[in-house]
Amino acid sequence: MAQLTYRESVSLAIAQAMRRDPKVFFIGEDVGAAGGVFKATVGLLDEFGKERVMDAPISEQAILGAAMGAAMTGLRPIAEIMFSDFLAVCWDIIANQIAKTRYMSDGQINIPLVIRTANGGGSKFGAQHSQSLENWSMMIPGLKVVAPSCSSDVLGLMDASVKDPDPVIFYEHKSLYASKEQLENTNLSIPLGQANILHEGADITIIGLALMAQRSKKAAQILKEKHNINAKVIDLRTLVPLDLQTIKRSIIETGLVITVEENPRLCGWGAEISSLITEHCFSNLKGPVTRVTTPHVPLPSADILEDNTIPSVDLIINEVIKKVKGE
Amino acid sequence: MEDKLNDDIGEAKRLQLWEMMLKLRLVEKKAYDLFLQNLIKGTSHLALGQEAIAGAFGVALQEGDYTFCTYRGHAHTLARGSSIEGVLGELMGRQCGLMKGKGGSMHLTDVEKGVMGSYAIIGAHLTIANGTALASKYNKTKEVSVCFFGDGTTNIGAFHEALNMAKIWDLPIVFVCENNLYMEYTAISEVTAVEHPAADRASAYSLDKIIVDGNDADEMYRTAQTAIKKARDGHGPSLIEAKTYRHSGHSRADPGKYRPDEEVKDWMENKDPIKNYRQKLLEFNIDEKTITGIESKIQQQVEEATNISKNSPIPDIKEIYTDVWADGGYKWHN
Repeated sequence: MAQLTYRESVSLAIAQAMRRDPKVFFIGEDVGAAGGVFKATVGLLDEFGKERVMDAPISEQAILGAAMGAAMTGLRPIAEIMFSDFLAVCWDIIANQIAKTRYMSDGQINIPLVIRTANGGGSKFGAQHSQSLENWSMMIPGLKVVAPSCSSDVLGLMDASVKDPDPVIFYEHKSLYASKEQLENTNLSIPLGQANILHEGADITIIGLALMAQRSKKAAQILKEKHNINAKVIDLRTLVPLDLQTIKRSIIETGLVITVEENPRLCGWGAEISSLITEHCFSNLKGPVTRVTTPHVPLPSADILEDNTIPSVDLIINEVIKKVKGE
Repeated sequence: MEDKLNDDIGEAKRLQLWEMMLKLRLVEKKAYDLFLQNLIKGTSHLALGQEAIAGAFGVALQEGDYTFCTYRGHAHTLARGSSIEGVLGELMGRQCGLMKGKGGSMHLTDVEKGVMGSYAIIGAHLTIANGTALASKYNKTKEVSVCFFGDGTTNIGAFHEALNMAKIWDLPIVFVCENNLYMEYTAISEVTAVEHPAADRASAYSLDKIIVDGNDADEMYRTAQTAIKKARDGHGPSLIEAKTYRHSGHSRADPGKYRPDEEVKDWMENKDPIKNYRQKLLEFNIDEKTITGIESKIQQQVEEATNISKNSPIPDIKEIYTDVWADGGYKWHN
């Protein structure tokens, strides 16, 4: 098997789900004939036809409503919301309807659907096409939150998400679409709620997600080579369900922890992780949890402004050095 | 039997419509009484006066069809055959309630009966009803989806998104706007660019303009049958605007004082769907004993269901932690 890009793994993951299960269909804007604005769904229309790959109007509420209703009958839709920023225009369907219907109906209704969306910055698209919004869905009971950081995780987590009986918001990172990974096998399944160790180390724990997990891994490699600091990097992969046990085990070992988040500061997912660490690992901590986030601003567009807003590899390295040195 | 009774509807169906509307009316009245007794908490949105619409569809629909309604949905839920104690018990927060107290008045759901939920955010359920209709098309099955909503819904974006999608994909769905003249506390005419809030928008989605007297059970039944058949035969969606009037305010908290006394009086006295249908049945020479027999039967059913609900235990507080996820629980970390 050749190298597979993150982008190619998205279409392959969807295709594999659709080949396996006739109940799976795919709906979104510009996803079929155009193959998606990020070319992440190329080939699906040709293979599965219009009945299973549906080009929808620019109607995010109607897209997710249709996906929800179909899921209520037992179908397993995958719906695309082109940019995660657009989740705001269909947030009622997600937060009020999809998330709560199982609970309000006393379990009469299951909603097995996946909402895929392109998330995160790095493309200089400005504040309405670049946000990192995992925390929006993390705070709503009833939603599972997935954010893969590499091609194999796209494959494995998509497989688990489509098979999951509950609604999943699947955040694909725009800046990772071109990243490549050598894969021997593409039939992967990774259980939701199982974090991944991207770099081993016992000096400090770095917790990241999606692009920030990859930048943390890069930072850990440099820290080891140039600064003799051994950092353990945990890629959470999913925020809900959350693999708290992996976090706890690492903190018992290192006693120091940094979260690296792409979102603005307030109420980012790291705040919840930090709170859990305080609650569960207080006696193991050698110092306070440090949260590396973007400052609490909307994301600016110009190269130099965006690059200096989103946490960089250099920023992570500097924060780790300060932490380990006790500064 | 007179000739005019042997028309397209006939005596048996008319008695079914009579029984159905009466059930919806008497249960809503009971719900109001139970509120006054403080046995029902929270809010409630009664459909008193609008029974012919839900009732006619309830009679016209088949088992397996899907219905979606709003927070004013007690009647629509009962119309599909959900038990009276299931509805009243849910309003009272008892274990016998359809969702054991986890949803309440505004979220009645009974999947076994095709009641795919009652929705409390205006407009959302039109898009969701498209989804069950899409599933029928995808699976090549013959269920029809029906979505009830109020006049106020026609001014929210989801209404327009849903109609467009239903039409471009020719979904087997019937959208039913119950125009009771007031969005909540404001006359719909004061806040809408067209005279008929749903019907005047139909042409924008290549749909027929259908306006019906929503308080005439026979006309409502005929309109429902036509639209349901069209959907079931694969000829796509319909949008029906049914003119009606709610006898009470918007919700429990609303005495409805913004409506002119004369207007209320006219609708209550001259256009009450139940009062008028009773008269119609008599004009058709249906035996008054048959009519009153049905009345007593429903009255008794409502009393029995009320007692069952009153005697049903309150939910176990452990229910708080159940059914967020399909595994039955609510855990979000290991």
